[in-house]
Amino acid sequence: MSSEWTNPELIERYGIENPVMPYLRQDRLPHIWCPGCGIGTTVNCFTRALTESGLDLDQVAIVSGIGCTGRVAGYMNLDSFHTTHGRAIPFATGLKLANPKLKVVVYSGDGDLTAIGGNHFVHAARRNMDLMIVCVNNFTYGMTGGQVAPTTPIGPTQTTMPYGNFENPFNLPFLADACGAVYVARWTIFHVRQLAKAMKEGLAKKGFVFIEAMSPCPTLYSRRNRLGDGVDQVKYYKERSILRNGADTKEVGLAYQGDIIVGKFVDRERPTWMESMNEHLGRVLGDKYTPYGA
Amino acid sequence: MHADPKGVLTGVHFIDGDHAACEGALAAGCRFVAGYPITPSTEVVERFAARIPQVGGMFIQMEDEIASSIAILGGAWAGKKVMTVTSGPGLSLMMEHIGYAAITETPCVIVDVQRGGPSTGLPTLPAQADMMQVRWGSHGDYMPIALSPNSPQECFDLMIKAFNLAEVYRVPVFFMMDEVVGHMTERVAIPAASEIDVVERHFTTKKPGEYKVFGTNGSMVPEMTKAGDGHRIHVTGLTHDERGYPAMNPAAQDKLLRRLLDKVNNHNGELVDVRMDGVEGADVVVVSFGITSRVAAAAIESARRKGLKVGHLRLIICWPFPAKLIVELAGKVKSFVVPELNMGQMVLEVERAVAGRARVISVPHAGGTVHEPAVIESAIMEAAR
Repeated sequence: MSSEWTNPELIERYGIENPVMPYLRQDRLPHIWCPGCGIGTTVNCFTRALTESGLDLDQVAIVSGIGCTGRVAGYMNLDSFHTTHGRAIPFATGLKLANPKLKVVVYSGDGDLTAIGGNHFVHAARRNMDLMIVCVNNFTYGMTGGQVAPTTPIGPTQTTMPYGNFENPFNLPFLADACGAVYVARWTIFHVRQLAKAMKEGLAKKGFVFIEAMSPCPTLYSRRNRLGDGVDQVKYYKERSILRNGADTKEVGLAYQGDIIVGKFVDRERPTWMESMNEHLGRVLGDKYTPYGA
Repeated sequence: MHADPKGVLTGVHFIDGDHAACEGALAAGCRFVAGYPITPSTEVVERFAARIPQVGGMFIQMEDEIASSIAILGGAWAGKKVMTVTSGPGLSLMMEHIGYAAITETPCVIVDVQRGGPSTGLPTLPAQADMMQVRWGSHGDYMPIALSPNSPQECFDLMIKAFNLAEVYRVPVFFMMDEVVGHMTERVAIPAASEIDVVERHFTTKKPGEYKVFGTNGSMVPEMTKAGDGHRIHVTGLTHDERGYPAMNPAAQDKLLRRLLDKVNNHNGELVDVRMDGVEGADVVVVSFGITSRVAAAAIESARRKGLKVGHLRLIICWPFPAKLIVELAGKVKSFVVPELNMGQMVLEVERAVAGRARVISVPHAGGTVHEPAVIESAIMEAAR
């Protein structure tokens, strides 16, 4: 990347160019995320993945829904779309199908993608829509003040579960796997290299890619449940993570402050929705059909 | 610009309004449709699904209307002309994305083949009861455009106009059909592509760095771009500045909202599209739209035979409402008669414009079928007294 996007004040102050800076809309900084929040760490990993992917960044689009993670799109120096709550995946589907040359990344939170957006999530995975989904999972609704999410484990207190959560949570890798995702991985923000590598692999993969990134919400989830600050949560991730590549996704559900199975669980090949369409219509319609997006 | 011949099925056809609407969209250059099945609109997307692989474009049946209504907005930001198609319950689900399309100024056409409501109502029977919903249904202030065809031929002709207006004004444009217009089969003449004028998207020629995604440079409607063109745009449903960046303060809100409303409302007559018949010198003017205009025409004909001076003003563009025209007429006529297949929606606009200077008689109908012409005629007789 050229340095034209790089803030001269920062270069002057630190003497070096921050390698992340070219990927950010510097005129939008500072960001809104709280101290100790892990979303920024995932963004750092994402920029490394973009660097190593070799992709033409003009052909990469990022789509977010609503929420704290939903703000990622607004900070990335890419074609970026901050859509409505839960609907990043169908917007991204339209973007990708209308311009198949784009690499489209959906970057959003657990509530956005799997509660209000759950229906779109399962259908995009079923269709094997060519999208990379990064789900930052902090077990809560941060932007609205810490309500129970479909990922909240049984036990912790949330503002709408004031006596502790009794609802069974989603096991997101299992959900994505069952619906047909071709790549499924989970890492935490302790695992910065592994997360960046997973994102790089995801960017290179065709089809529905699902990457779950566990991330602390020190302001709400941690504070309300006396789990300490962001560093304490990263220590927990470090101590309780168990690497198990290829694990059966049925077995990777998360219990409250329990063991965290991390790794790449699924990496398989399936034709994407558009590949299936082109193959099928080509066979049925013959010469009358020009492959779409070719 | 002329239409792309690939999408134009030139010739004379005997097809229903749903099929004609689909052909209108293809002729207008629509190459991306996302939809979800719902009676009585489904034939539009069924035909599109069959036609588009050979025209060159994309159809996808999404998992619901919420998904359809935002998938098309993604399609528009990737550079395509886009449409979704639905009926009442589906339209209700789409409302959030009508607002998103309005604030992000995303050109799109939403076809509503109206049926009886509220809720599931009368799935297979007509109504015109979504007229206020398309005007006001999404939260916040915005101004959509809505057209109302009354025949399969108009489903073709006005659909092209709907797409053109979407490009000129960059707003959601509603195509307000109803079950009868959707399912009635009539002669539809599709001209040669060279005789069809289409408005292509106004893409910026500015270089990255010079272009502001919502910059207006004095005009009311920004130039557009698309993802992948190197402009690194940011588009958000938050109140934003010209760069597209969130700007959540009263001044930015005021500036954005005024422009979003003014770009449509200050149209200098370009968005007045009515058909007038015998309005000059009339004592009574019937204001109608869509299928009801055909029933009203029969009632007017009958009343005229009895010696009454009755004019007919048919709304082609219902939103923005041609209030100035009604204001002018209000000083000249004795009364207005407003038949519609709802319990009294557009009549409120007529009353607002007339402001007590003439009598306004509503002829409501709960839907399920069209008016009996005699009911409209008796309202005309009452209005002439």
